[in-house]
Amino acid sequence: MFGYYLDLALRSLKRNPVLTGLMITAIGFGIGTSMTSLSVSRAMSGDPIPEKSRQLFMVQIDSWGPDKRGERNEDGLDENMSYIDAMALSNLHAARRQTRIFSTYLNALPTDPKQKPVGIIVPAVDSDFFPMFNAPFRFGGPWSRSDDQEGSPLVVISRKLNDQFFAGANSIGKAFTLDGVSYRVVGVLDDWPLVPRFYNLHIRPYGQIDEIFIPFTRAIKAQASTTSGMSCQDTTTASFEVRLRSECLWIQLWVELPVAADVVNYRTVLNNYAADQQRTGRFHWPPHTQVRDVMQWLKYRHIVPNELGLLVLASFGFLFVCLMNAMGLMLARIIGRTQDISVRRALGASRTSIIGQCLVETTVIGVLGAILGLLLTLLGVMAMRAALADDFAALAYLNAKAVGIEVLLAIAATIGAGLYPTWRAAHVEPALQLKAE
Amino acid sequence: MLIAVQIAITLAILSNALGLIVDRLSWSARLTGIDEANIFFVYATSVDKPPSFTALQSSDLALLRSIAGVANAYATNSFPLEGGGWSMSADLEPDQKTASAHISYYFVDEHALDTLGVKLIAGRNFNASEIVDRDGSSAPPATGIIITRTLAQRLFPRGDALGKSLYTETKDPSPIIGIIDRLQGPFVAATGFMSTFTENSVLAPFRPLGESSTYVVRTKPGGLNDVMKAALSKLEVINGIRIISARSMQEVRARAYRSNRGLTLILGAVALILVAVTAFGMAGLTSYWVAERRRQIGIRRALGATRLAILRLFQKENLLIAFSGVLVGILLAISLNIWLIGRFEMVRLNPTYVIGSGFVMLLLGQIAVLLPALRAAQVPPALAISGSRVS
Repeated sequence: MFGYYLDLALRSLKRNPVLTGLMITAIGFGIGTSMTSLSVSRAMSGDPIPEKSRQLFMVQIDSWGPDKRGERNEDGLDENMSYIDAMALSNLHAARRQTRIFSTYLNALPTDPKQKPVGIIVPAVDSDFFPMFNAPFRFGGPWSRSDDQEGSPLVVISRKLNDQFFAGANSIGKAFTLDGVSYRVVGVLDDWPLVPRFYNLHIRPYGQIDEIFIPFTRAIKAQASTTSGMSCQDTTTASFEVRLRSECLWIQLWVELPVAADVVNYRTVLNNYAADQQRTGRFHWPPHTQVRDVMQWLKYRHIVPNELGLLVLASFGFLFVCLMNAMGLMLARIIGRTQDISVRRALGASRTSIIGQCLVETTVIGVLGAILGLLLTLLGVMAMRAALADDFAALAYLNAKAVGIEVLLAIAATIGAGLYPTWRAAHVEPALQLKAE
Repeated sequence: MLIAVQIAITLAILSNALGLIVDRLSWSARLTGIDEANIFFVYATSVDKPPSFTALQSSDLALLRSIAGVANAYATNSFPLEGGGWSMSADLEPDQKTASAHISYYFVDEHALDTLGVKLIAGRNFNASEIVDRDGSSAPPATGIIITRTLAQRLFPRGDALGKSLYTETKDPSPIIGIIDRLQGPFVAATGFMSTFTENSVLAPFRPLGESSTYVVRTKPGGLNDVMKAALSKLEVINGIRIISARSMQEVRARAYRSNRGLTLILGAVALILVAVTAFGMAGLTSYWVAERRRQIGIRRALGATRLAILRLFQKENLLIAFSGVLVGILLAISLNIWLIGRFEMVRLNPTYVIGSGFVMLLLGQIAVLLPALRAAQVPPALAISGSRVS
């Protein structure tokens, strides 16, 4: 029976190619546009570290008070905290793992004198950073916690840098000159696409992979200047030592809190610390703190451009309109085939078989529309890469799961749009139509 | 019915999209106030430790200014559309609780106004003796500042800004010695806090000294690329091992707005295709109705209706349906806008775009229905009465 319906379906579709073509085009375009914008949106608002994003928290504390609160974020909290608070809070050891982070700009001198020196953004982190963020290692591993305290000149480098400077070999123990100081390589990372790079949203969070990591204490010893943003109240460019004692905000603190109970505990510890500061007179306001997990953090920082939201909306509106058009076209076809259907009914076909045949037809259209939609999505994704800055180029992609969902959606939507026309076709009366001839 | 729904949705999306597109396009077309066609920037970073940053910068600038085709140059902390820089609050009195204004802060010397090509509309430029070295170890007060017209008008609406002082970085007052026409800040933000003070710029007489320097260079008209290449090659061979790169203002502008422009254009394309699909949909659906009502039309014709009357009938029907769709669409557009403002920092709906889109939809409807309606009018009375159905 199915083979017969398929045969009928293909014949009737071929009979009016323009109409069929329009239907397939409408569905294809609708699916293509909405899937393209959805895939870009998904990529940009996607979770950079899905296995752990709910356990990693960014710590914020208000150390400027309501009078001087920055206006950048809705709650008046800055993304960075002062050196004083970063040190004090990390010394509390209230989290399973934690890392202080700021990024600096250093010059790397290759061992080959023919190669030019290269300026690189270098995050200064604690050793917990690597297990916290699931950093994969190719050779070696992170430095130890005692190295953290010493501030030893050690580096972890990326695979790309290892290929560039050491021809991809195991470079553990080799020397590496940064800003005139010799560092020793202790670890080489494997490919590690952390997109967006949520711990530094200042510089190309979608386009830049960090290549070199040094210990936080080392960067402090070297008095490295920050490139990840700094807010100061007045002693803006005073000396480094003064900056360490000042209320300048330039250091991030991330903690790992695996369970909800840990989060509650940490919030209490954080607020107690702020209350202590109030008691000692350093703060003149009640505790104002916050911890946010990765996705909350990205949302808080408005990382996804607003235009993208409207684009997704417009695309789905477009899909809806396309489906309505497809429905209208299918209705037009039914009208054209009323005679056909009535003859078949008079010959004994039940309503169910008419419905069955219509469903097969709409499914065929749905499948063809899905194929077209898929092709258009591929084109659309390529167009998005070209139109957007190379920052987002790596992002818009299609994986098998998305393709599967898209095809199912196309077919389901087409069948949905075809429900009313199918219902109309099923109610064509046999006798009346024959008589009208 | 289907047509009305399609029109409503299209109208809602179109009017919002138009508002956003126009807003973003005009945002990215704003002038920075500098001579963009003839300016490029040089970044120079020292790898080894030079004996004196002051001497290094002086020789760099002397070299740059001596290159054929260069009109002027100066060293700074940032420039318009760079993406990052200094911002702070500017107060009329010391120790204010809320800022009088928020500003962008540029380090300049006496060559800056000429290099940037900005117009001094009141007061004077800095003298060479007023420029103070700044190497990051201290924050000396600015002996005088030059501010933009927008900032002057905002803080001193009576027009008496010259000579008054502002409190910016430190507790010491900075007297306003000059006012320039316009200079955009370095931050590129369409929405949010960082977009609220783009025209409030303050020029402070400081010479930024350190391992990294940023130079602004203005060329005489024509030949910017050659001059840029010459600057790069000449700077690379002096003052020790350095990493030097250059970028023209045009490139800076393109980079600043690239992704926003891309998204906006794509949004425009989708909106346009949406309108087209709705128009085709209207034509298609009307054809279907014409086919369905052949008999009715034939009867009307037989009873004496002219072709024109049939045409008018369909046009009027379409107008009625489209109008109801437009009305619903306007309500939908407004509610969509309110939701978008809450969720996505959207721009407010411009009534012109809503009404305009409504008119476009009505017009499109009339055009789309023309061909099917004409075909309907051609239905001969006799054929229709005999009741033969279209197959």
